[in-house]
Amino acid sequence: MNFRKALASATILAACMVGSASAADLVVGFSQIGSESGWRAAETTLTKQQAEQRGVDLKFADAQQKQENQIKAIRSFIAQGVNAILLAPVVATGWDEVLQEAKDAEIPVILLDRTVDASDDLYLTAVTSDLVHEGNVAGKWLVDTVAGKDCNVVELQGTTGSSPAIDRKKGFEEALAGHDNLKIIRSQTGDFTRTKGKEVMESFLKAENGGKNICALYAHNDDMAVGAIQAIKEAGLKPGTDILVVSIDAVPDIFQAMAAGEANATVELTPNMAGPAFDALDAYLKDGKEPSKWIQTESKLYTQADDPMKVYEEKKGLGY
Amino acid sequence: MTATVRTYLRRLLPQLIALAVIVIAISMVFPGFLSLQIQNGRLYGSLIDILNRGAPVVLLAIGMTVVIATKGIDLSVGAVMAICGAVAASLITSGHSLAETLLATLVVGILCGVWNGLLVAILDIQPIIATLVLMVAGRGIAQLVTEGAILTFNHPGLIFIGSGSFAGLPMPVVIWLIFGVLVALLVRQTALGMLIEAIGVNRQASTLSGVLTPVLLIAAYVLSGLCAAIAGIIAAADIRGADANNAGLWLELDAILAVVVGGTSLLGGRFSIAASVLGAIIIQAINTGILLSGFPPEFNLIIKAAIIVFILVLQSPRFRTAFTFVRLPRATGKPTEREAK
Repeated sequence: MNFRKALASATILAACMVGSASAADLVVGFSQIGSESGWRAAETTLTKQQAEQRGVDLKFADAQQKQENQIKAIRSFIAQGVNAILLAPVVATGWDEVLQEAKDAEIPVILLDRTVDASDDLYLTAVTSDLVHEGNVAGKWLVDTVAGKDCNVVELQGTTGSSPAIDRKKGFEEALAGHDNLKIIRSQTGDFTRTKGKEVMESFLKAENGGKNICALYAHNDDMAVGAIQAIKEAGLKPGTDILVVSIDAVPDIFQAMAAGEANATVELTPNMAGPAFDALDAYLKDGKEPSKWIQTESKLYTQADDPMKVYEEKKGLGY
Repeated sequence: MTATVRTYLRRLLPQLIALAVIVIAISMVFPGFLSLQIQNGRLYGSLIDILNRGAPVVLLAIGMTVVIATKGIDLSVGAVMAICGAVAASLITSGHSLAETLLATLVVGILCGVWNGLLVAILDIQPIIATLVLMVAGRGIAQLVTEGAILTFNHPGLIFIGSGSFAGLPMPVVIWLIFGVLVALLVRQTALGMLIEAIGVNRQASTLSGVLTPVLLIAAYVLSGLCAAIAGIIAAADIRGADANNAGLWLELDAILAVVVGGTSLLGGRFSIAASVLGAIIIQAINTGILLSGFPPEFNLIIKAAIIVFILVLQSPRFRTAFTFVRLPRATGKPTEREAK
């Protein structure tokens, strides 16, 4: 019932307004995991910004890393009769029941940044990045940059067994396949943290003839790269020149390093998952157009040529 | 004098043997392990890395040893590290001087210790529960201070504490060496150490014999808080930023492990700060060795666990008894050390 009303009002509004303002008067519930990382905080900030720009009334619920809180939040969104629900699921399993409840209430659910193990007719679409693709973009950049020269690569992996670590490794290796001049000589976990990134890089440098054997570093996230850059500097080498540095995420601090010439490239994991989600929702509510079940966000490559200080200023305020 | 040195060495013998075995094993896998050079006016090499990277756990282990000697335990040290790192970073970025920042951070660490001490000594809550409170809440407090982000700073003075050097040694090593010697002298050149051991053996009996139990208990937790504060400053200065989510994460367990590997009983009583420091260095030597060895990261924890089980078996009472029996026949020829004394 509610949903039809929303559909009708959205259609009427769309008739008299133009562009993104068609989402006005929508009430959307957003169940966020929590704030376990800077990226997550930036995602929350951007989702709120996007909602404000489009005139969407966003009801925000922070789940403090607990699935039960998310389920409670979704049930309360259903009871409030929102027009749509955005869900960043904390785990993959255990969503069937509550998603079915949302479906019965005819409220479309859009998954943000992670997917769930549930039948895909229970949600409208999932907006996520492709982790394998991110690794691939980083690998391609390195292949193009060394341009056929011999290059020994050391890799700082994410937390062992986590899906970003597995997929970003896989994507990078795929990009390197067939280029025999590039070899991954050492690969260790840095647990996605600066401290471990620095410690592991120190040991890589010791193990590879004071770093003289290393031509490039690939880190599964920017934080480890920032730690490793300090280790390289303390070993008396120039990061960005003596050892190329490429990483993933595009957090603000890596742009400072890039501006200083100490990092070479980063692949963005965009925190703006809500933008594409709202676009898909608009199209669905306005024209009844079913989006595809997976909307892939762009994995944009930034290098030193992309005015890193400007990007840093843009990203600084997002809560990273 | 020689007798005290000998008893001291005998106390540290299992740890020294374990460390030697590990160092030899790593240098067989990785030949460059023992090499030391001078680079940028400081010693540079894997051995120095071990001392440097081990700094936070060594410092935590010093405080933890004293707390454990009182039959307590301090689970909050990792979280206190995160709080203190966050406080230091936010003060220095808001324009306070280095002296103010350090002083305020140490005071915060001491206050955390006072909180734990009050819960244990005055309210008589079991230490594992009392310190669990701050372990859970502490990381949240740290996140409040940093507002959830990694708070970076560029103050050269504060960075110097993490990556500067003094007399060829990295600053963190200098700090824990000096601090460790000071604490060891304080507890062993006075009666303090014996009184702490007395509390650990029998708190009621020591109170009845006139030991100021509550004051000493609070002091033990304050020392632990102070150690955590120094460790937190070093950890933040090392990466030039306070990472409230990850700073000191699980380090309380490494610190407890260091004390246990150092041979101090979790049941309280006799303790040795030097042995705990050695325990922390052993743990760090294992970590660094694994990183140098080039094994895939999936093996890290398995290798670490296997080595630690081995060390603990060596120290276990059953094994020692068995070992004594093996040694006995050989000792018949000449007098044993004990008889000679």
